[in-house]
Amino acid sequence: MSLKFLTAALGLSVATLVASGAAAQTAQTVKDRGTLRCGVNTGLPGFASQNDQGEWQGLDVDYCRAVATAVLGDPSKVTFSPLSAVQRFPALQNNEIDLLARNTTWTMDRDTALGLDFVGVNYYDGQGFMVKNDLGVSSALELSGATICVQSGTTTELNLADYFKTNNMEYNPVVIESQSDVNSAYDSGRCDVLTTDASGLAASRLEMANPDDHTILPEIISKEPLGPAVRQGDDSWANIVRWTHYALLNAEELGVNQDNVEEMKNSENPDIRRLLGEDANFGEALGLPKDWAAQVITAVGNYGEIFERNIGVNTPLKIQRGQNALWTEGGLQYGMPIR
Amino acid sequence: MIVGLVLFAWWLIDNTARNLAQANIASGFGFLTNRAGFDIGQTPIAYSNASTYGRALLVGLVNTLLVAGAGIVFATIVGFIIGIGRLSQNFLVRLLSTVYVEIFRNIPPLLVILFWYFGVISVLDGPRGVEENPFGFYLTNRGLQTPTLIFGALAWASLAAFAVGIVAAVWLAKRNKAHQSKTGVRKPILWSVLALVLGLPLAVFVLTGLPATVEVPTPSRFNLQGGFQIRPEFVALFLALSLYTAAFIAEIVRAGILSVSRGQTEAASALGLRRGKILRLVVVPQAFRVIIPPLTSQYLNLIKNSSLGLAIGYPELFAIGTTVLNQSGQSIEIIVISMGVYLTISIVVSLFMNWFNTKMALAER
Repeated sequence: MSLKFLTAALGLSVATLVASGAAAQTAQTVKDRGTLRCGVNTGLPGFASQNDQGEWQGLDVDYCRAVATAVLGDPSKVTFSPLSAVQRFPALQNNEIDLLARNTTWTMDRDTALGLDFVGVNYYDGQGFMVKNDLGVSSALELSGATICVQSGTTTELNLADYFKTNNMEYNPVVIESQSDVNSAYDSGRCDVLTTDASGLAASRLEMANPDDHTILPEIISKEPLGPAVRQGDDSWANIVRWTHYALLNAEELGVNQDNVEEMKNSENPDIRRLLGEDANFGEALGLPKDWAAQVITAVGNYGEIFERNIGVNTPLKIQRGQNALWTEGGLQYGMPIR
Repeated sequence: MIVGLVLFAWWLIDNTARNLAQANIASGFGFLTNRAGFDIGQTPIAYSNASTYGRALLVGLVNTLLVAGAGIVFATIVGFIIGIGRLSQNFLVRLLSTVYVEIFRNIPPLLVILFWYFGVISVLDGPRGVEENPFGFYLTNRGLQTPTLIFGALAWASLAAFAVGIVAAVWLAKRNKAHQSKTGVRKPILWSVLALVLGLPLAVFVLTGLPATVEVPTPSRFNLQGGFQIRPEFVALFLALSLYTAAFIAEIVRAGILSVSRGQTEAASALGLRRGKILRLVVVPQAFRVIIPPLTSQYLNLIKNSSLGLAIGYPELFAIGTTVLNQSGQSIEIIVISMGVYLTISIVVSLFMNWFNTKMALAER
C-alpha cells in the first residue's frame, strides 16, 4: 500500500514536470494562449491585492500587466494566481505560471539551486520591526526576550535568527504560514513584535485594529531586493521581462509618462525615439512589435507612476521613494540603456 | 504484476530526476545536513538556528508525537466519559453528552483549532501588568507558565530509586496475586506499593540533600521569564484535537457497550457480582472487542489531523517540513520524507492496536 501511495504522489509531480520540459518557449506559449499567467501575493496592499470590484492592483500587478502589454498588447490579458510564500516556487518550477511577481527576495540560492531566474529589482526593500507604542521600545536592540511573529519559509525568518544571534539577544519566535494570520496573531497580543519587509510592515499596519498604536522601528536589518522571476533556461522570455523593467525605468528617467507618450514620439531626443521605437526596432530582437515600450507606458505608466499610484506618499502606505528613486535622484533604480 | 509495479516506480523516479536536472533544480537528500538558519518556538530537543535541516525535521517529529500522544490520552479519557454519559440513567447527563457529541462531531477540526487559538487563548490578558500570585501559575495569551524544579547533579539517584520502586511494586503485586490464587486470601498491599513507588525516591531525595531548586516565572519587560511554559499553540491544538476526536470516540464507546447484550449483565448479577465487577469483568472486556478496531482509526485520524497545527504556527512535522521546503526548495524530497514519517507512525500505531486487539479478542477454548 505504501509503494502505491508513494508512486501515485510522485506520479502527480512527474506529470507536471514532464509538461514543463517541453515549454522552453514561454513567449510563444503565452502568445498562443492569449493570456499571461502571473503569480502574485495572496493579498499585500500596495503590491498585489484585490479591490472592491475584485480587480487586482499593486506594484507587482502592474509589472504583470506591463509584461502582458509587451507580449500581447493588452494589459487586461493576465490570469492572476494568488500564491502563498510556500507555493510560489513550485508554481513557477512546475509551469503553472509564466512569471512570478510576488515581492520575492532575490537570493543566490533561489537564483541557482531552485531553477529560478531573477530578472531585476522592482523594489529595494529591507526587513524591519513593528512594535506596539505602549511597550516604549525605540530601537530593535532593546528587543531581547521579546516574542516575535514571523511568516514561515521566508528570508525574513532567517534574517531574524541571524540578527538576534549577531547581537547576542534572545527571542521567542511564533512562526505562522499566512501573513494575514501572522498579522492577526500580532494584533491580538500573541506577540510583542511583528517583523517582515519594511514595505510589508507599512501594509500590515493598515490592517491593525488601531494603526496609530503601532510604530515601525528605525532599524533595517537586511537587504531585500524584491523582483520578478522566471524559469531558468528560457533566455528570450527572461529578456522580455528584463527589458520591460528597464523600459519602465528609462521612461521615468526620460520624462515619458502615461499622458505624454504620444507627443513624446515626436521628440527630438534620440534616447526617447529609441525607447518608443521611432528610430530603431529594438522590439524585433525580443520578438515584440516595434512600439512595445510605448504600448507598455500607455498601459501602466513609467516606474515612477507605478510606484506613486500603488505605494507612494499619496497612498495609504505613504512610502517614500528612498532607495527606489532613480540613480539620478540618489536612489538605486538604474535602467540599462536601450540602444 | 510486482515486476511491473517496480518497473513503473523506477520509471517514475528516473523520469522525475531527469526532469529536475533539466529544469536546473537541485535534488537529492544531501540538503538535510545543511544549516537550517531558522528558529523554532517549541524545542523539546536541543535545537538552534545553527542546527541542520534534518535536526529541524526531527524537532517537528517530536512536537507531532508530543501533541498527538497527549491528545490521544486526553481524547480517550474524555471520549469514554462522554460515551458512558450517553447511556446514563440521568436525563441531564445524557442530554449534555449528546449536545457535546453533536457539536464537536459536526464542526471541521480546523475550525475547532482556530476557535481555541483565536477565540479563546488570544483574548486572555497579556503578560504585562499581570497580577503576581503566590503560587506562580500564570495563564496569559502567551500560554500557561508554572514554577518548575531545576534538578541538581544528584537528582539521578532519586530517579533511579523511583525506577527500583516501580519494579519492586510490580513484583509485590504479582506475588500477592499468586498468593491469592493459591490460598484464596487477599492481603492489602496498597500502602506497601505507595511506600515503594513514592516513599523510596522521596527518602533518597532527602538523603542526597534536596538537589533541586524551584524556579518561579517572573514578569520582565516583554514576557514572564523562567519556569515551565506551555505555549498557546500547543494548548489550542491539544484541546481542539482531543475534544474533536473525543466526540467520535464517545460514539464508538457507546456502540461498544450497547453491543453487549443485556442478558450478560443480568446473568452476571444473578451470579451475585457487584455492579463495578459486572462492568469490569463482563461488559467492558466484551465491549472492547467492538471498540478497539474503530478506535484505532480515530487515533490515526488524530495523528494526521495534528498537521493542521500549521495554521496556528504549532511547529509540528508538517509545519517544519513546509518551512524547510521553502527555505531549501527541495519540495519532492520533503513531501516524500513527510509521507514516509506519517506512514511509519500510523503503521506503528496500527500494529500496536492490532496486537492489543488480539490480546483482548475472544479466547476460544
